Amino acid sequence: MTATSPDRPVVALSGVRKFFGAVRALDGVTISIRPGECVGLVGHNGAGKSTLVNLVNGGMAPTEGDIEYDLPADASVSGQAAARAAGVRSVFQELSLCPNLTVLENLRIPQHDLGGTGWRAVARARIAEALDAVFPGHTIDPGGTVGDLTLAERQMVEIAIGFSEGDTPARLVILDEPTSSLDASIAAQLLDHVKRFCKAGGAVIFISHLLGEVFTVSSRIVVMKDGKITEDRAAGGFTRRQLVDAMGHVATDEEEKKDRPKVVRRTELGAEILSSPEGIRAREGEIVGLAGLAGHGQAEALARLYMARSSGWYAARSPKVVFVAGDRVRDGLMPLWSIRANASLATLRALTRLGLIDRGGEEQLAADWKARIGIRTDDVANPILSLSGGNQQKVLFARALASDAPVVVMDDPMRGVDIGTKHEVYEMIRAEAAKGRTFLWYSTETEETCLCDRVFVFRNKAISAELTGDQITEQNILAASFEMQEEHA
Amino acid sequence: MIAINARTLLPVVSLVLLLGAVFYLQPRAMSYFGINLLFNLAVPIALATIAQMMIIMVNDIDLSVGTFVSFAACVTASFVHDTPVLGYAILAGAVVVYAGLGALIQLRQLPAIVVTLGMSFVWGGLAVLILPSPGGSSPDWLRGLMTSKPPVLPMAIVASLLIAVVTHVVIMRSAFGVLLRGVGGNARTVVRSGWSVVWLKASAYGLAGLFGVLSGMTLVGLTTSADANIALRYTLLSIAGVILGGGEFTGGRVSPIGAVIGALTLTLAGSFLSFLRLSPDWQIGAQGAILILVLAARLVISRGPST
Amino acid sequence: MSALSIVMRPWFWAFVAAALAFAGTLALMEGRAGLGLLVAAMTFASFSVFVGLGQMFVITLGPGNVDLSIPATMTLAGTLSLKYMNTVPGTELAGLAVALGIGLGAGAANFALIRLLRIPPIIATLSASFLYQSLAIWSNRGLRIKPPPSLAEFTTERTLGIPNVALMAIILAVVFWVLLERSIYGRWLSSVGQNLRAARLSGVPVDAVRAATYIISAVMAAFCGFLLSCFSGGAALNMGTEYLLMSIAVVVIGGSSIAGGNSNVPGIWAGALFMFLIVSMLNSYGLGAGVRLIMTGVIIIAIVAAASGKRRGQ
Repeated sequence: MTATSPDRPVVALSGVRKFFGAVRALDGVTISIRPGECVGLVGHNGAGKSTLVNLVNGGMAPTEGDIEYDLPADASVSGQAAARAAGVRSVFQELSLCPNLTVLENLRIPQHDLGGTGWRAVARARIAEALDAVFPGHTIDPGGTVGDLTLAERQMVEIAIGFSEGDTPARLVILDEPTSSLDASIAAQLLDHVKRFCKAGGAVIFISHLLGEVFTVSSRIVVMKDGKITEDRAAGGFTRRQLVDAMGHVATDEEEKKDRPKVVRRTELGAEILSSPEGIRAREGEIVGLAGLAGHGQAEALARLYMARSSGWYAARSPKVVFVAGDRVRDGLMPLWSIRANASLATLRALTRLGLIDRGGEEQLAADWKARIGIRTDDVANPILSLSGGNQQKVLFARALASDAPVVVMDDPMRGVDIGTKHEVYEMIRAEAAKGRTFLWYSTETEETCLCDRVFVFRNKAISAELTGDQITEQNILAASFEMQEEHA
Repeated sequence: MIAINARTLLPVVSLVLLLGAVFYLQPRAMSYFGINLLFNLAVPIALATIAQMMIIMVNDIDLSVGTFVSFAACVTASFVHDTPVLGYAILAGAVVVYAGLGALIQLRQLPAIVVTLGMSFVWGGLAVLILPSPGGSSPDWLRGLMTSKPPVLPMAIVASLLIAVVTHVVIMRSAFGVLLRGVGGNARTVVRSGWSVVWLKASAYGLAGLFGVLSGMTLVGLTTSADANIALRYTLLSIAGVILGGGEFTGGRVSPIGAVIGALTLTLAGSFLSFLRLSPDWQIGAQGAILILVLAARLVISRGPST
Repeated sequence: MSALSIVMRPWFWAFVAAALAFAGTLALMEGRAGLGLLVAAMTFASFSVFVGLGQMFVITLGPGNVDLSIPATMTLAGTLSLKYMNTVPGTELAGLAVALGIGLGAGAANFALIRLLRIPPIIATLSASFLYQSLAIWSNRGLRIKPPPSLAEFTTERTLGIPNVALMAIILAVVFWVLLERSIYGRWLSSVGQNLRAARLSGVPVDAVRAATYIISAVMAAFCGFLLSCFSGGAALNMGTEYLLMSIAVVVIGGSSIAGGNSNVPGIWAGALFMFLIVSMLNSYGLGAGVRLIMTGVIIIAIVAAASGKRRGQ
């Protein structure tokens, strides 16, 4: 089997870099994980946690650097197969089971050795044993269809598959936000199991936004920021406040300060023009920020808000609300079109005479916005995909701002945008707000959220804090994003 | 949970209801020969439905089932009857072509509708070349098999049971079937676990080809001759059978037993409509209506508990 | 427009292929009857153009959108309108209205199934088509009613040397070109086909666009069925059969993207001419129906396979 010397790290990364185009997702990471360790991995959005996980489990290859697994010397596998052979298992944040299969059938997908006659009995025994070990007292039937299970039960199954016995025993289990759908008592069972597993010589990488959990379970805590590991200490070496500080921008505060735009918050705002079932409220001319860790319900809240105020059957000449997409490919771009056609999409009704598009008017609009927002192109007839990401984003801003809609919804629109563009856009948003427009701005960058007049912090699909005025600080936003359980001191 | 149970019961309930109605209208049908007559063409329809199910299982749809079964029937009635070795080689080659189409569709990310629609012309053209006019004859063993009279239950029922059990074992019980359904359920996870989706899709299409061939052969065994248009309506029948049997268009949710029951129900619906003295004009429309009704009923059932 | 930009158009090669097929046929006929072949090609291509234009709009809506009810709608519209006119002169316009009304109803029914029952468009239009087909069989009862003489003449005669049906197909192609390239509907249609979610988030009324598109396709099918049954002296129950693959084939051959969002009108004419001429070429070389069918299928698959993968990269 693969088990070799107990002191050799299960996986060792040295000088690993990973680039996506020009974006440095991981910038020189060196870390090794030894048997018996539980490594708590924390960091804010975009710090590089997911990229690190995908490199460790072989899902991606590093751009630079080495990843070494603890394998017998004669093993000739690489990438995903090497990770599998070394006993690396991943439990992903987004659920990755096949809902049409039963619990025991889902075990069959990752476990290649299951087959032949009687494989079901083996699979049933393995998954039942793992479920019993991790979640004693659970009521999940291995023969039940996954689609019929609750979200929490599916997450339990996924975790159990990660810890289950197989042809290669689990030696390193990566848990990415494993408790996001579990209630407190079930989560506690998992934490106990992780401790037992590590005591017996297994290793775990534990990622969670619940710092209490991280402190409870980890033997070592690694803090990531901007694609680098900034802190790597035994869990006892941190207090929670220190950990939150370590994730923030404290270290580089001085040098960045001069780059930051001045925040001039307006004091006189108009009447309240918007309130959503989640509790988001906004007044005329206000810039309202939505903050918190990615995937905690902000984007969904914005999409619902937009859908409720627009129709699939009728396009008004003056829309009530416009949307600026951040996930450009999924929510914004028309990849086959020119810059001009992309920019005019939301205002077409106003540019139409007798059903035909006023091409002169459209040209005018595109030229105006090219100048106003500084889209770097010689000709607005060029394809949208000829632009850089930042300039594509400017086109999406132009699409929304060209309308006279009183409410502008922005879903993390600065993703992958360079700093120069950001500052231009910030100023434009300020200027538009001063004219009385209301902005709803979800951002994964705390620095941006700090530019808002009011901030709603989301945690677990609900608003966990509403901050206004001087309360809007990185400290307060981080504190409200991460749950602080005092009892786990 | 209630929705799921109602859903799995739907095909059984509709078959039983329809059978009850037929027996009520025509009590004499309640006999060995009566049942054999009612379900006469059930076997090839059930096999074609299973073929369609293999494709739907991997989130595609096959619009060439009808012409492919006609093609297989023409080959059976001519080559298999006259020169068996060549005949079986052609049929085996057709299965390989099917598997290759599955691989091509996955590799080049082609729309399965257009590819299978194009293939429907290829199979149709081949069938016309093989049998320009209706004719041919069934191999004797096949004729003997399809018209044999096993004790207790008629051949149509025995064969349907056999098809249901075999495909249930392959698709629902075997470790390989789990992978095939996994492709429909969450292809990303299957890839992430180190499997080749191209190979799995080719397998699913290959199985579809195999069952299409079996459908054409059994059809010739029953009708003793073939023509290029003999099974054109099987395309709709097979889709309807899969859906009637509880399958869904996406997500790898299929049921071989349900599909066979669905095929039996559709066969019986044809007999039922003729008992009602409904003009044969409406047969095809009734099948379309049944498909729409089942989908509507299913929508009501699946919406019920959540609201 | 420079020569190069014409060559770069997606429909250019389809016209080249059609011209080659024309030359191939003429070569065998030793140059005789070239005009006759051209007139026949324009006439028969016109029927493919009618259904192809509608199908093109549906395919532009994006992956999974295909109207499989075109043949049945053609048959139903042809049968019922001829039955209504009952060969009586003076009923022509009312008959046309009946046909177009049937198209409107069929399109609305198709979209209602797609939207209300949340059925994939393929299944919705396929199962609905069997209802339309049954309706046509039931109303027809094997009778072959002749069209009013005026219509029979109109559809078979020529004006200024161009067949009347071809004139109408050219006019409609221009109308569809304006719709697609210059109108707000065409812009919206293309946006839905490229990215439905992004279109909805940009204020495009996606449901209205989809409904209109399925209705346009069915109305075009009904119009085609009306003209075709007048042209061929009566409605036949299988008259629509070959137009299902044909409608998809002309879209694909014409260089429109099967993945949606990117279509062009000239390609429909090019594809329609090519499909007729390739068949007449194979015919003139003495190849039978079987080979023609096989070639048709293989050409479609080859074109789809060659054209695929272009849009996936980004």
